[in-house]
Amino acid sequence: MTAHTPARTPARVPPLIRVLRAREASLLLILAVLVLSTAALNPRFLSAQSLRDLALNVAIVALVVVGQTLVLLMKHVDLSVSSVLGLTAFLSGALFVARPDLPVPLVFAAGIGIGALLGTVNGLLVAYGRVPALVATLGTLYVFRGIDYAIVQGGQITASQLPSAFSAFASGSIFGVPYLVLLVLTVMIVFSVYLRAYRAGREYYAVGSNVEAAHLAGIHVHRRVLTGFVLSGAIAGLAGVLYLARFGTVDAAAGSGLELQVIAAAVVGGVAITGGVGTVAGAGIGALLLGVIGSALVALRAPAFWQQAIQGALLLLAISIDIVLARRSARALQERSHR
Amino acid sequence: MTNKPVRTLLGWEAALIGLVALALLGGSLLHDAFLTGANLSNLSSNLVEIALIALTMTLVVIAAEIDLSVASIVGMCSALLGVLWAAGVAMPLALFLTLVLGAAAGFVNGWLVTRLGLPSLAVTIGTLALYRGLAYALLGDRAVADFPPLWTNLGFGTVPGTQIPIPIVAFAVLAVITAVALHATPFGRALYAIGANELAARFSGLRVERTKLVLFVLSGLMSAFAAIVYTFRFSSARADNAVGLELAVIAAVLLGGVSIFGGRGSVIGVIAAVFLIGIIQNALTLADVPNEILTIVTGLLLILSVLGPNLAARVRATRERRAHASATKGGAL
Repeated sequence: MTAHTPARTPARVPPLIRVLRAREASLLLILAVLVLSTAALNPRFLSAQSLRDLALNVAIVALVVVGQTLVLLMKHVDLSVSSVLGLTAFLSGALFVARPDLPVPLVFAAGIGIGALLGTVNGLLVAYGRVPALVATLGTLYVFRGIDYAIVQGGQITASQLPSAFSAFASGSIFGVPYLVLLVLTVMIVFSVYLRAYRAGREYYAVGSNVEAAHLAGIHVHRRVLTGFVLSGAIAGLAGVLYLARFGTVDAAAGSGLELQVIAAAVVGGVAITGGVGTVAGAGIGALLLGVIGSALVALRAPAFWQQAIQGALLLLAISIDIVLARRSARALQERSHR
Repeated sequence: MTNKPVRTLLGWEAALIGLVALALLGGSLLHDAFLTGANLSNLSSNLVEIALIALTMTLVVIAAEIDLSVASIVGMCSALLGVLWAAGVAMPLALFLTLVLGAAAGFVNGWLVTRLGLPSLAVTIGTLALYRGLAYALLGDRAVADFPPLWTNLGFGTVPGTQIPIPIVAFAVLAVITAVALHATPFGRALYAIGANELAARFSGLRVERTKLVLFVLSGLMSAFAAIVYTFRFSSARADNAVGLELAVIAAVLLGGVSIFGGRGSVIGVIAAVFLIGIIQNALTLADVPNEILTIVTGLLLILSVLGPNLAARVRATRERRAHASATKGGAL
C-alpha cells in the first residue's frame, strides 16, 4: 500500500470570482455580445414581440434539454425524445377532440404520464436489458414514431378543434411573459435544485463520472438510470403538450429531428456527452444561444439559404471552443492540485 | 476462451442470414410478384445508398467513433453536382469535384476529432447542420434535373442482359474491397484494436490519429459517391436529398452486429442487415402493409439484436451458476 496524500482543501475562492469562472458565465458573455451587437444593427431585435417569439421558440427545446441533461449526465443519451414529443402531442390533442370538456391540467397529466411510460421502456432496456442507450433509444425513436404514424393515419389536429380553455392557456401571459415560458422556467428551476441539492440529484453525476465507484458507494445504479430515462420521457411528454399549445396543428411528423437540436443545445451548454459534467442552467443557456443565433440571423437579414450553414458553423465553433476551454481548465486544475 | 466473441459473432451473422432467407421465403408466400427479377432489382436499388454508406460506417463504428454527418454530405455533394452541371461543367470533372468535396468534408470531421480531440458524436452533429446548410447555400430550394440519360442510366439502369442494377454492381465491388480491407489487412486489424482499447492500441505503436483521420475521409468519400448514385437514380439534385438517412445507416450497422462501443463487427453482418431491412420493407409494401409498421419493425429488430443476445447470455450465466452450485453442494465447502 502506498501512503495516502492528505486531501487538500482548496483555497477559498471569493464567490464573485467563482461565478465568473463558471462555464455558464462564458456562455452568457457570448450571448450578451451576440444580443447587443444584433440589437445595435437592428433595434427591432429587442422589441417585445420579437423577444416573445424568441422565448416561445426556445422554450420547448429548453424543456426537452432538461430531461436530456439528466440522461447525458449518466453517460447515456436519449434519441427518442422527438418521437415521444410527437406521440404525446398528438395523443393529448386527440384527448381534447374526444372530450372537449376535459380539464386542462388532466391533459397535462396524461401527456406527462404517457411520456413517463415511454421513458420507462427506454430505461428498462438500458438499465436492465443492458442495451447501449444509443441503440435502445434509436430503436424506440423508430418504434414510437411508427406508432405515432399508425395512430394518426395521415390525419391531423388543428387549432380550431382545441377547447377554448386550452387555447387561453396557450396564448396567455403574465406581465408579457407567456405561461408556456413560465412553466418551462419552473421546470428548469425545480430540476436545477434537484440536481444540485438532493442526494438523488448528485447520484446522476456520480453514475456518469464512474459507474463502478458509484456502485461501490452504494448507489443503485440501475434504478438511477431507469429514473433518469423515465424523467426524460415525462419531460418530453410535457413538451408534447406544450408543442400542441404552441402550434395548435399537430400531424404525425411533429417534432421530427428535434433530438439532434436538443443534444446540440446540451453540448453547447457544457453538458459533456462523456458524462458527469453539466448543469440544467448551462443546457438552458445552450438552447437559448442556439435560438438567439437563429433569430439574430433573421434580424440581420442574412441570406435565407445561408442561415442554416452559418448556424451550423457557429454550432461547431461553440462546441469546439467549449470543449477546448473545458479541457484547459481541467488541466489547470490538475496542475494546481499536483503542486 | 479467446474465440468466444468470435463464436457469438458468427452466431449473430448466421442468424441474420437465416432471417434474410426467412424474409425472402415469407415475401414470396405473401405476394406472387415478390420473387421476380424486376422486383428484386427494384428492391436492391432502393437500398443502395444506405448499403454504400453502411460499409464505411461499419469501419468508423468498429473504431469506436461515429459519423452522423453522412446524410448531410450526401445532400451537399448532390447540390454541388447539380450546381456544377447547371453551370456547364463537363460531367467527369463535376463528378471528380463532387468526390473531392466529400473527402474534404470527411477530412474536416476527422481533423476536428483527431487534432482537437473532440468527441465524434458532437463534431458530426455540428457538421450535420453545417453541411446541410451549405447544401442549401449552394442550391437553395431549386432542383437540377436535366442530367443527360447517358449518366442517369448509370443510376437507375441495369447491367445489359440482366436485371442487376448498375449501382448494386458498384456496391458489390466496394463491399468486397471493404471486407478484405477490414478482415485481412493490418489496417483492418488496427481498427479492431483501436475500437477495443485505444490506449493499448496507441502503446502498441498504432498510429491512432492518422487511422481515424483516414476513416473519416473514407466516410466522406463514400457519402459523396452515394450522393452521385442518389442524384442519378432520381435524376434530381436537391439540397434536401437524403435527409435523415444517417439514422437508417446507423440502424443497419448496429443491427448487423457491430458494437456501438467499437472493436466488434463484420461487413457480412452489416450487408445482411441492410438487405434484411430492405426485403422486409419491400415485402410489406407489396402486401399493402402500411409503411409505419415497417418503421416499428426496424426499431424492434434493432433493439432485439442487442437485447436478445444479452438476455440469452444472462440466462446461460444463471443456469451455469445453478449447475455449478448444485455440483459443489456435495463437495467440501
